[in-house]
Amino acid sequence: MMGNFGVQFRRDLLVAIRARTETANPIAFFVLALSLFVFAVGTDSETLPRVAPGVVWVVALFAAMLSTENLFQRDHDDGSLELMLLDSRPLFLGVLGKLLAHWSVSGLPVAILSPLAAVFINAPFEIIAILVGTLLLGTPVLTLIGGIGAALTAGLGRGGLLLAVLVMPLYIPVLIFGSGACYRVLDGATATAPVLWLIVLLAGSITLAPFAIGAALRGSQEY
Amino acid sequence: MNQSLIEVNELTCTVAGQRLFDRLGLTVASGDVLELWGPNGSGKSTLLRCLAGLFEADEGVIQHAVGLLYMGHRPGLNELLSPLENLRWCAGLQERDVSPETLLSAIHSVGLDRYKDAPCRTLSAGQMRRAALARLCVSESRLWLLDEPMTSLDDDAVALVRDLIAKHRSAGGGCICATHVKLEFPQTRVLELGA
Repeated sequence: MMGNFGVQFRRDLLVAIRARTETANPIAFFVLALSLFVFAVGTDSETLPRVAPGVVWVVALFAAMLSTENLFQRDHDDGSLELMLLDSRPLFLGVLGKLLAHWSVSGLPVAILSPLAAVFINAPFEIIAILVGTLLLGTPVLTLIGGIGAALTAGLGRGGLLLAVLVMPLYIPVLIFGSGACYRVLDGATATAPVLWLIVLLAGSITLAPFAIGAALRGSQEY
Repeated sequence: MNQSLIEVNELTCTVAGQRLFDRLGLTVASGDVLELWGPNGSGKSTLLRCLAGLFEADEGVIQHAVGLLYMGHRPGLNELLSPLENLRWCAGLQERDVSPETLLSAIHSVGLDRYKDAPCRTLSAGQMRRAALARLCVSESRLWLLDEPMTSLDDDAVALVRDLIAKHRSAGGGCICATHVKLEFPQTRVLELGA
């Protein structure tokens, strides 16, 4: 039952490890972009602690988008995708395994690095826990939604800009609830509502996105 | 015994405004080998993709009850993984527990022993093709759809493909093969496209 999930997960993790530089790109982007903010805004300013949660979230979102672009491209080009689609079983678990592998090397490291990044850009200490928490809940949603865009653009060669236009509107709720939760905590309020919304988004996208991705991948074979 | 593996009726397909086949019908039973002949662009690959369910025809009914194996132009090998890892993944996709010995012997029979752990991007075109052929060795699918399996293969490997198809056939499998190299089997049937 879970066979296909594990098979895809192991394979994609192995590929990610072999393609070290490519895998490290979004993480390096996350760190570099945040450090530029420190230079641009200045560490002694009052502004930096205030904008920190928003900045971390926006940069995490761009890092996620940067990494999803090639999610299915290689498999499409080398014909592995054909073999996946041939299989008469539903694509659901295989796609989910693939996305989990992808998230483990893109969203997860970003969430793990975020406390460090938060300290680096002078964010208040009390928001670190909520920042990590919301990133852990939010980045899988970004990966799942990005997966839909990546699957739709898989046959188009470099669909970078198209992908951005497709998934950006769907990323916005995640961004609003994610950074919203951090600001609630910063203002001394409770962040239950936005966190619950993030959980809703996560549950919804885990159940629905793989179907959409499967359908889009089948469509990508038509040309 | 002569059980039908695939039945196609009234298949019509248009690509880029050009009618490739019109109300095409074919049947392949166990033990059959059907060769697809035809000039480039006559729709051999498209037909195979239709049969594999990768491409939707305009009209027509395709019925197949058994699992199928498709080998297209693209090898289906990740260039960062070795032939062995690719083969293990492919067998795993069908949720089959293939023993490591079986996988190794498949790699051995396509002559890639020395390259079994080398990433596929270091292989030559012919070796890539051989690595893809290893899928035939571990296949349990009864219907094979092969798209020009002889491309970039040397004489030994061509003989190997012939041998694999012959074995598959005698085990009750069927095969549809687009080819420019005549397979020269006894009693193969030929479908000529674009004639």
